[in-house]
Amino acid sequence: MNDAQPLLEVRGAGHAYGDRYGCRDVDLDLWPGEVLAVVGESGSGKTTLLGALSQRLSLTEGSIRYQTVDGTVVNLAELSEAAVRRLWRTDWGFVHQNPADGLRMHVSAGGNVGEPLMAVGWRHYGRVRAAAAEWLERVEIPVDRIDDAPVTFSGGMRQRLQIARNLVVSPRLVFMDEPTSGLDVSVQARLLDLIRSLVTELGLAVVIVTHDLGVARLISHRTLVMKDGRVIESGLTDRVLDDPQAAYTQLLVSSILQG
Amino acid sequence: MNQPILAVSGVDKTFTMHLQDGQRLPVVHELAFEVRAGECVALGGASGAGKSSVLKMVYGNYATSRGSITLQGRSGAVDIATAGPRQVLAARRDTMGYVSQFLHCVPRVGALQVVAEPLIERGMPAPEARERAAQLLTRLAIPERLWSLPPATFSGGEQQRVNIARGFITELPLLLLDEPTASLDARNRDVVTELIRGKRAQGTAILGIFHDAEVRGAVADRVVDVELFAAVTEAVA
Repeated sequence: MNDAQPLLEVRGAGHAYGDRYGCRDVDLDLWPGEVLAVVGESGSGKTTLLGALSQRLSLTEGSIRYQTVDGTVVNLAELSEAAVRRLWRTDWGFVHQNPADGLRMHVSAGGNVGEPLMAVGWRHYGRVRAAAAEWLERVEIPVDRIDDAPVTFSGGMRQRLQIARNLVVSPRLVFMDEPTSGLDVSVQARLLDLIRSLVTELGLAVVIVTHDLGVARLISHRTLVMKDGRVIESGLTDRVLDDPQAAYTQLLVSSILQG
Repeated sequence: MNQPILAVSGVDKTFTMHLQDGQRLPVVHELAFEVRAGECVALGGASGAGKSSVLKMVYGNYATSRGSITLQGRSGAVDIATAGPRQVLAARRDTMGYVSQFLHCVPRVGALQVVAEPLIERGMPAPEARERAAQLLTRLAIPERLWSLPPATFSGGEQQRVNIARGFITELPLLLLDEPTASLDARNRDVVTELIRGKRAQGTAILGIFHDAEVRGAVADRVVDVELFAAVTEAVA
């Protein structure tokens, strides 16, 4: 891997729903090991941007270039569907706001974590189960729950399981869509702390969409502020939050409840 | 060697308050000073003169409206006023440390780990980093029974000492200190004074705000009075 090259290089990216743009003119670089928060209120275009970056939505304009594991840079729009599917199996993860969207709710916890390994060719049942058990432990789920289905889990446990399912194949880039927003505050803090340490340990690059500036401050290096589909401010997270320049960012920051 | 570690030149800072009809709050104008290796410079001036804002600009936490803030790192110079986020992060990792007035607690992480983290993040093996953290916590009189507990539950003075330990444990060319002895008793204030003098002796450049005149007298070579660079407040119609 070439550290002098960004993992993702986004230029002039936009996605239109019919003739209305969900997001437009987005430029960003994401480097290995970097956590980028995309903040803004609902309707600001942050989820559309996440969809476009993760190839779940097509680009109407602009380009996204991705550095693959062997160092070559590819234009994502030019990849075949099979190549994109391969990226999803080996390189990328997606953590949904609602764990039910990212988990198989009636399959055992061990099965949920083991399945991505089987998809990349693991065949030995004992090893898959051992790896799944190890990951359950890393996300602080008691290993004796390995045969229980997530439908029997609490919200926080489900979300931690979804994270394990995503990280078990050692991806390089993980997209997260409001991963903590459905949870109680105390559960949120624990989950954020877990995400923070796993991201540092594994050197993951992460794009995390959140409406919660506290989440951005706790885990991101850089922050992008969106409004009406455009990026209106970006920079080092603590700079954006402590000395916001744009009128809208000042409004967002001043609206935080002091805790 | 005689090159300054930090060179601030022609720096302006103005806050524009968009929520107050774009009212502009000028803080400093044409600010200029240097800090060399082994030198300790205190920022002076009344409360509200902008001392903390200056420290925060140097750290890249506040944007600089105009001018340059040149940091001489081990692998070259960088202008924090214009540097991109990755360059600022690299400078924070390799060139400058910052001790704020308050500890920003990480939930669920114990004090010893909080102090050792900056070394581990920079590649030191965890046992060695924790050993050094233990020495520093001992020197700052944090009882061993507290080491495994998250500092969120500590008293203000204890939190501040954990914060100081975390800020002083790395060996970086420049150290920024924002009121490091506020909320400390006399004994701990003396320990911190000794720590600062020790850093200076090792060649660390220090820029700090020291409210306590005795501490300032004991550690600082000279004072840069921020009020001399006060920007004239623009008339608001």
